[in-house]
Amino acid sequence: MAGPSFLKRLGPGLVPFVPYLWLAVFFLLPFLIVFKISLSDPAVAQPPYRPVFEWSDIAAFFSGLDLENFATLIDDSLYLDATLSSLRIAAISTALLLLVGFPIAYAMARAPQKHRPLLVALVIMPFWTSFLIRIYAWVAILKPEGLLNQALMGLGLIGDPLNILNTETAVYIGIVYAYLPFMVLPLYASLEKQDHSLIEAALDLGSPPWRAFWTITVPLAMPGIVAGSLLCFIPAVGEFVIPDLLGGSETLMIGKQLWSEFFSNRDWPLASSVAILLLLILVVPIVIYRDVESRQLEGRR
Amino acid sequence: MNRRLSLFNVTSLVLGFAFLYLPILLLMVYSFNASRLVTVWGGFSTQWYSALFRNEPLMEAAWVTLRIALLSASAATILGTLAAIALTRYGRFTGRTLFTGMIYAPMVMPEVITGLSLLLFFVAIGLDRGFWTITLAHTTLTMCFVTVVVQARLLTFDRSLEEAAMDLGAPPLRTFFSVTLPLIAPSIVAGFLLAFTLSLDDLVIASFNTGPGATTLPIRIYSQVRLGLSPEVNAASTILIGIVAVGVLTATLLSKRSLLRSDRTAG
Amino acid sequence: MSSFRQNPSVGAVRRTFAPWADPSATPLIRVEQVTKRFGDAVAVDHLSVDIHDREFFCLLGPSGCGKTTLMRMIAGFEQPTAGRITLAGRDLAGVPPYRRPVNMMFQSYALFPHMSVEKNIAFGLRQDGLPKDEIAARVSEMLRLVQLESLARRRPDQLSGGQKQRVALARALAKRPKVLLLDEPLGALDKKLREETQFELMDIQHELGMTFIVVTHDQEEAMTMADRIAVMDHGRIVQVATPGEIYEQPKTRFIAEFVGDVNIIEGKVMGQEGGLWRVATASAEAPFTIDDPDEVLEKGQGVAIAIRPEKMTIRRGAPEPGTMNALTGEVWDIGYLGDWTVYRVKLASGEIMRISRANASRFVENPIDWDEQVTITFAPDAAVILAE
Repeated sequence: MAGPSFLKRLGPGLVPFVPYLWLAVFFLLPFLIVFKISLSDPAVAQPPYRPVFEWSDIAAFFSGLDLENFATLIDDSLYLDATLSSLRIAAISTALLLLVGFPIAYAMARAPQKHRPLLVALVIMPFWTSFLIRIYAWVAILKPEGLLNQALMGLGLIGDPLNILNTETAVYIGIVYAYLPFMVLPLYASLEKQDHSLIEAALDLGSPPWRAFWTITVPLAMPGIVAGSLLCFIPAVGEFVIPDLLGGSETLMIGKQLWSEFFSNRDWPLASSVAILLLLILVVPIVIYRDVESRQLEGRR
Repeated sequence: MNRRLSLFNVTSLVLGFAFLYLPILLLMVYSFNASRLVTVWGGFSTQWYSALFRNEPLMEAAWVTLRIALLSASAATILGTLAAIALTRYGRFTGRTLFTGMIYAPMVMPEVITGLSLLLFFVAIGLDRGFWTITLAHTTLTMCFVTVVVQARLLTFDRSLEEAAMDLGAPPLRTFFSVTLPLIAPSIVAGFLLAFTLSLDDLVIASFNTGPGATTLPIRIYSQVRLGLSPEVNAASTILIGIVAVGVLTATLLSKRSLLRSDRTAG
Repeated sequence: MSSFRQNPSVGAVRRTFAPWADPSATPLIRVEQVTKRFGDAVAVDHLSVDIHDREFFCLLGPSGCGKTTLMRMIAGFEQPTAGRITLAGRDLAGVPPYRRPVNMMFQSYALFPHMSVEKNIAFGLRQDGLPKDEIAARVSEMLRLVQLESLARRRPDQLSGGQKQRVALARALAKRPKVLLLDEPLGALDKKLREETQFELMDIQHELGMTFIVVTHDQEEAMTMADRIAVMDHGRIVQVATPGEIYEQPKTRFIAEFVGDVNIIEGKVMGQEGGLWRVATASAEAPFTIDDPDEVLEKGQGVAIAIRPEKMTIRRGAPEPGTMNALTGEVWDIGYLGDWTVYRVKLASGEIMRISRANASRFVENPIDWDEQVTITFAPDAAVILAE
């Protein structure tokens, strides 16, 4: 809009400045500090790191910096394994989420118009209830003596209780459960916009339903598929609560690793290095997501 | 479109919603269990609710959480709304790309990173960890969500409404308060509720930034859950879910009623 | 031959209100050499126009011609890049929209959705700080004017399109502005309602004695309502004239084609004989004789002849020898529209001519049929010469 915005006269420069400054101080600055600390040495002190940055001595600042922590990350296969395992778990979970979420979103988009707001509200509703509580609910279900095993044994489907809790399977269930709304909503948004007469046109032109689905519905839903997948994949990589409560000791995830480096080992510099590592892994998907998201916002103009 | 749903679609919906709601329902049912074992039904009882209200650390944590959520959500609503106005109404200004980047990043950033970086920042500036550090951290995180919600509304906002007000003689400030604000108010309220819920719910960022005397409910619940399942946690969860359910249902009914009203007159 | 042109009323309507023809009259709005650029794009290009008090003035043009930008500059939502706009002698530069004695009716109506019909109409009056009873009186007067008394307490989302349009009009009129700007005021209405509302707008304008400036892309709407029409193209005004002049004496080919239907035949000037131009074309063997004395042309100059479809006659068979301005061809298409029948005739040169004939009687004996050979003729004063 090229016209003189009336808000400009309301408080010249003031309106955007406050939140801008806030984010610069409470978001950007902390990151620079993490970056700095990831390059410093641990110390048995409170706080347990030795600052390498002294205003008085710029030279010492640069000579004191080293990549020791990052060398540790590379030497110790634990971190590499945790990284790879995080990416694998997040990727598999995202695929599962697509598989579970698509039929739900599709059915919602095909439901009668008057029921759709209710269905959307029903999908959003669990999001308003505590994440922790929802994960906690699964502990009682997946325990060896838990409700799932009771039900399955009661039905005579299995003889011995399944061991699900504290395995990677439980982590998958937890992620799919917790992130399902994030997958269903973008999918629904892109499916709902689709004109059903497109499918009718494809059928009329001789395409069987399954091919109409693959050649019309799925490509048109691509923005929703990409947005939903990234929205699930990115936080899943850094997930802590789900692997901690549902996963076992062998479930390696980078977020969990950072947590234990920080709280159990109290090695703040190493924890910072892990944070930087995690950030580097996620830079590309985050940039893509931001691009997709802002383009969708602009598109609504 | 009032076609009937196919069997496949109905099955997807039924299974999908069962998956979403069954765990929560089971958790609520077992909060009324007489047995201490969370997985074995021992008859109906409300004893865990009375135990819950006698559990002083838990009640204390609930009170702390509520205060943090109210404070941080209020601050986040103001900051987030200002940011949304800046992004939609100021066109291209210097550092706009950095600004939008800082708005989107906290939403997708893993919480462990945000939590850790804020903690190191507070240590660096010598701020004691506790109530205020959690509040500041939550404000930072949740203002971004408020921004996105309000920004989405402002982008679909018909600018000719503001022009009409000015054309009819209302100066900019009066235009903002008599036309713009009333019309974007629902999105601001939605942003506030979102910020409030996120703050209420957060475990990871709060864990990093907590200090003595500032144990929030999620931190308390988490430490109890790690020790084993407890029916008291079920009771606390049920109350929380109940509050949220009533709130969401009221909001849905209210918006539905206004929809019905406009339907009736349009028809 | 050119005797009918001594009569100033070109077209079917005689106008007694014509301040633009009076050199001593002072215009209410003067737009002087105004240019508006958005980045590299020029929306309005060195445009000048005078609009008089009580005039019903239409800005007509295709989308993107700059008509809305010009209106928004008068309203104060855009500032001219160069040039100036004065209202009753006062320079409007730097005057914000909320201090201009001009009100606007928006294309989207821009009714405040959170206010009732009365509150919407009262909005502008409340900004002026008028006493409550005066506001109430003015609001009910406006509601009466647009016949919406029974809907005062409704909200905009409970109104039909036509009702919304009336509320928007009442709201813009409530402050009794010197000038009312209307941006595509009838664009969102269906055809029937649009025609009724055109006449209503004219009545209201006449009753209140206000100056109306209407932006529209619909030439029929402009022709019906306007005292004068300014036809715009690419940020410039191509012609400002009464509807009759615009239709019967278009200045350029663009106007001839944009307003109404027209047949264009390209040719070369052969010379002038007895005040009549002789123009040779590829469409007919004999040169055409055209009565358009206002044009100043040179021999050999390329020109376009514009003839309206209703000003041509069509008959069966070959032309009688000596017939002036005759074209021969074959009937390609016939469209029966009820009031008119439209013939599309393909000439030997391949051009298609469009001829319309009023269906004056219900029954026609032996009507012209598809594929028949026909002769088209037109009178010398039916055509207009447009310099290329």
